[in-house]
Parts: sequence; structure tokens; C-alpha cells
Amino acid sequence: MPHPEVAEPSAVTRRDFVKICTAAAASVGMPAWAGEKMAENVAKGKKPSVIWLHFQECTGCTESLLRSSAPDLGELILDLISLDYHETLAAAAGYQFEAVLEKTMKENAGKYVLIVEGSIPLKDDGIYCYVGGHKAIDTVRRVAEKAAAVIAIGSCASWGGIPSSSPNPTGAVGVAQALPGKTVVTLPGCPANPYNLLGTVLQFATFGTLPALDDKGRPKFAYARVIHDDCPRRAHFDNGRFAQAFGDAGHREGWCLYKLGCKGPQTHANCSLLHFCEVPGAWPIGIGHPCIGCTEQGIAFTVPIHQNMPIDRPTAPMAYPNVGGGKGEVGAIAAGLGGLVVGAAAGASYVASRKLNVQVKRAEGEEKKP
Amino acid sequence: MTMTRRGALKVLGAAAGAAAVTTAEARTPKPSGPDDLGLLFDATRCVGCRACSIACRDANGLAPDVAMIGGAPYDAPADLNGSTLSVIRQWSTESETGYLKAQCMHCADPACSSVCMMGALHKGKRGVVQYDVDRCVGCRNCQIACPFNVPKFQWASASPKIIKCELCRHRWDQGKGPACAEVCPRGAVVSGSRPELLAEAKRRLAAKPAAYQGGIYGETQGGGTACLYLSPVGFAPFGLPALGNEPAPALVETVQHAIYQGAFAPMVLFGTFAIVAWKNRHAVTAAEENDS
Repeated sequence: MPHPEVAEPSAVTRRDFVKICTAAAASVGMPAWAGEKMAENVAKGKKPSVIWLHFQECTGCTESLLRSSAPDLGELILDLISLDYHETLAAAAGYQFEAVLEKTMKENAGKYVLIVEGSIPLKDDGIYCYVGGHKAIDTVRRVAEKAAAVIAIGSCASWGGIPSSSPNPTGAVGVAQALPGKTVVTLPGCPANPYNLLGTVLQFATFGTLPALDDKGRPKFAYARVIHDDCPRRAHFDNGRFAQAFGDAGHREGWCLYKLGCKGPQTHANCSLLHFCEVPGAWPIGIGHPCIGCTEQGIAFTVPIHQNMPIDRPTAPMAYPNVGGGKGEVGAIAAGLGGLVVGAAAGASYVASRKLNVQVKRAEGEEKKP
Repeated sequence: MTMTRRGALKVLGAAAGAAAVTTAEARTPKPSGPDDLGLLFDATRCVGCRACSIACRDANGLAPDVAMIGGAPYDAPADLNGSTLSVIRQWSTESETGYLKAQCMHCADPACSSVCMMGALHKGKRGVVQYDVDRCVGCRNCQIACPFNVPKFQWASASPKIIKCELCRHRWDQGKGPACAEVCPRGAVVSGSRPELLAEAKRRLAAKPAAYQGGIYGETQGGGTACLYLSPVGFAPFGLPALGNEPAPALVETVQHAIYQGAFAPMVLFGTFAIVAWKNRHAVTAAEENDS
């Protein structure tokens, strides 16, 4: 007997489905009515078609997405969106699978969402990454041309990631650099938090809009603040309690990791609020390792992991200046001493000028004698 | 407005002219206006969070004053300084401790403005004591004159300015008041017109008379300030000077204007110098004639 869920996908009632949508909406910070609207859109056959392309990457972002549970992957790719092309999750392979890409692009031209995972090599005419006989740069340009929205997931797709680290042998760049002039939503992170992708995709599926983006194409709902702003260890920073070495007493007490090289103060991401794998505390600082700045170009894979960095926006310490900003009083003795000094200087200069006068006259007299 | 050499000489000439014709009458204290903007700081409410200091930096575009403490950098100004317009200080008595916000008091009759020879510091709209860098010659008399030690000089800058709170007057166009009052989570610092603030201070004093001591600092002290303080322990622990009701410029300007009245004293002084110089020159010439 086949598995019931596989045999009877229609066993999901409308009520269950609205619940799934509402839970999905709630998990990415949308209101409950957004879940109902999502369900209505799906009922009307408006599930967005999604094409997911892989280039130079480790598939860690996909792995991270597989571990989200509200909605879980099955609900996401079967009920909420229509994930038509994804190389890791596809049952098909080879020519049969490549044909799906062409078919999806043709049928949903101008309506599908393109999600890109991995950087795109541009050096030597882009020969360093071929998929299905096509160069990465050709594929991404062709698919993006008719996409309604382009989302770059992970640091590789956002700005180049590990493949773009010096010496960058393949000339790897992010999707936005490969598609100049195109609006690309970037979700940097190594891996990116799957809920930031879900939030973006579900907003698009529900309202047909993209979230507000910053100057680097990052959704502000997730990347507007730095890790340091919402860090659970922040109180230790503010009180000057720093772990000095891994395993020391302070480290075991859960003190601030800044002196061990934490890049939290420079790194724009919401990891400190939204942990990974839905396990509380499952993120680098939560398990006692400094943030490596994986979302931030110029820090991740560039600055050594344990190198301490200056803080852009320092905060106040737990010490305050004392009162007494007013000035001191001039005492009578000080005033008398000051008067004496001034008087002595005046007298001395008078005497000196007299002597000088006499000397000058004497010299003049000597000059005239011979 | 850029100050030219000609303009500067005009200012000085006008000041000298005014001094020459001033009568010897005592200079009357200048009162505060009904629309003067100010702040009311209530030390019973402040929790020392420093949201005001940080909002002040943001609103005025001032860089943090970084100090390394325990190996990490903090924004830790030791007091008001060349990049700090507002600071939270800590006061303590034998039994209590608390916080005090320090910034320009915006005196009704400010000493800094009285001593400023070019009028770089002057009373602007809504009674704000404001600074015009184009008129400043960098003499720093204002720093010496201020009884609250407020104006600060940018010692580290190659083109230094005097730095002091101007009640965020650059934000008035946007319909916003002082940033510090906007962000205070406890209503410990509120902004408004001086009469409103006085009324609010009196309301708080009347509502909880046991919670406060020493009345309202700034109501009359130093001729009245637009920034008012309420305290649970009086004002001696705050380090605020015990000023009389008379503003300093009233006395100083009375004395100085008396000396310079009708340009009499300078004429006597420089006349004496002229006579001495003329006599000396005469004596030298006569001696030279005798020698030859």
C-alpha cells in the first residue's frame, strides 16, 4: 500500500490548508489575514512558479531550506509555491529535466520567480561553470530576462561569497553584478536563513510585491540592523565582560565574544533574533563562537575569523562622567600669588628697560669718542 | 553668510561707537521671552540610559568620542567636549545616586554672548543661544565666561569651531524639536516653551512635594535659563553653580560701559601715552642736537 500522503494529496482540507498558510505567514512576520489571502491565491491557481538555479556554491542554502518546518519543505514546494526547477530536489535528470526548465520559462514567461544559489564566474568568458552544456552567465541572463523577480540566496549569489575570495581564480561575482540594471533581492548569509527567503517569496506569492530593500538589495526586514544590536550577549559587552580565550571562565559564563574576533558589530543580519534549524540558540554566537560576518562583503572569507575589528558605532560604557562640569573657584592665595607674579614681571621689565637705556647711551658715547 | 574683513571692522566700529555713546545707567537684565524654547530635566525620572546622548549625536551628525575600555571601544565622552553637545553625568550623595543631563542652559541673558566681541554667540529665534562660525575669531572668551562650562572648542580640528547645544534648531523646519526630549523613555527630559515648562515643573512639584527639594533650578538663577532642573536632593550635589538672580552680564556690562562711557577713560589713557611718547621723543631729539 502506498504512503497515504503520496497516494492522497487531496486529503488536505481547505481548513488545514488555510492553517498551513497562516502558520507560514506568521513564521515570516505577516499577519493572519495574509495567510487567508495566500490560500485564496493558491485556490485561484496563482501559485508562483519558481525556478532555482545552482552555480558555484556548496548547496548549503538549499540544505538550510530543507530544515525549515513552518511551512515544511513539502508544504512549501507543493502547496504554497510551484517549485518547477531545482537541481537538488528534482526527481528527473538529464535532458528530461532540462526540458522542464524550457517548458516552465515558456509557460510562465514574465511571471516566474528566479532564485539563484551560487556565484557566477566571469573570467575567461565565463568558462569555469557549465550546467547542462550552458555557461552559468548565459543561463542566468536567459532565465532572468523573463523573470518577474530575481532573488539571490546566500553570500555567493549575493556578492560572490567564498568563490570570490582572493585571488578569485574564476572571476566570481554575485547575481546583481552579472545582471546589471536588474533588481535583485539579495539574501546574503552562509547559509542564508531560510525564513528570510520564505518571507520574501511568500510576500511575493501573496501580494505580488517585494519587500523594501536597502542599497545592497537586502530586505530591510532582515538586514536593517547589525547582529550586535540584538545580540543576547549584548549586556556583557555593555558591562565590559569579555571572554579572553576559548574555554576560559568568561567564555563558559557566556560573556561577550568581541575580543575573540566577533564581527557582530559590522554584520547586517537578523541571526540574533531568528536562529537556524528552529533549534533555540543554533547560530554561531549561541554556541559560543564569534560571528564571522558571513553576510558582509569584505569581511566574510576576507578578514581572518578571529581578528578583532573596530566598532563603527560605539556605545556608551556603564560608567558616567562625574558632576562638577562647572569651573573651580580662584582662591585668595592664588589671586595674591598671581598678583605678585604680575607685579614682579612689571618691575623687572622696568628695571631692565632702564639698564638697557643706560647701556645704549654708554655705547653711543663710546662710539663718538674716537 | 561669510564675514569679510570689511564686515568685521564694521562690527567692531559699531561696537566702539555704541560704547562711546552709552549712558552710565546700569545695564538691566534681559528677560526671557514667552516663546523661548527650553528643556525641563527631572532627575527623579532619569534612569541614565543615555538615549538622549545618542539621539543628540545622530541629530547633530557628531562622531562618537571613542575610548578603549577593557579592550573594546566605547562612546565614552568624559564630559561635554568638541564632539559632545549633551552628556549624562552621575551624581551621588551619602544615601542616593542618580543622573544629570548636561547641555547648554540657554540663559535669558547669556554671559557667553555678552563677552563675544563679534557676536558669534548670540540669542537667535526662540531664545536659543546660537553660534555663527563666520563671526568667530576663536578667542574662547565664551568658555571662560559661561558659568556652566558649556561652550567647547574643537582642539583636535585644524579649523576648530565652538560646539554647544542649539536645541536642534536645524530640525525645526521638519517640525521636530530637540532630539534628546523626543527619545527620552521616561519623560525625564521634555522640551517646550519656557512658560509651559515652568508650569509643568510647578505641577510636578505640587503633585509630589515630598519627592523634590530645592525648587526649580533655572527659574531665577543667573537671570533665568531656558533649561530647567528638578532634583530630589537639591542642586549642590549636581555641581550646578549657586548663582544669584542677577545675570553676570548685567554687572559686567554696567562696570565696563561706565569705564568706556563717552570714550572718556580711553581718551585719558591714550592721551597720557601720547604725551609721554611726545615728551620722550622731544628729549631724545634735544640730546641728539646737543651731541652734534
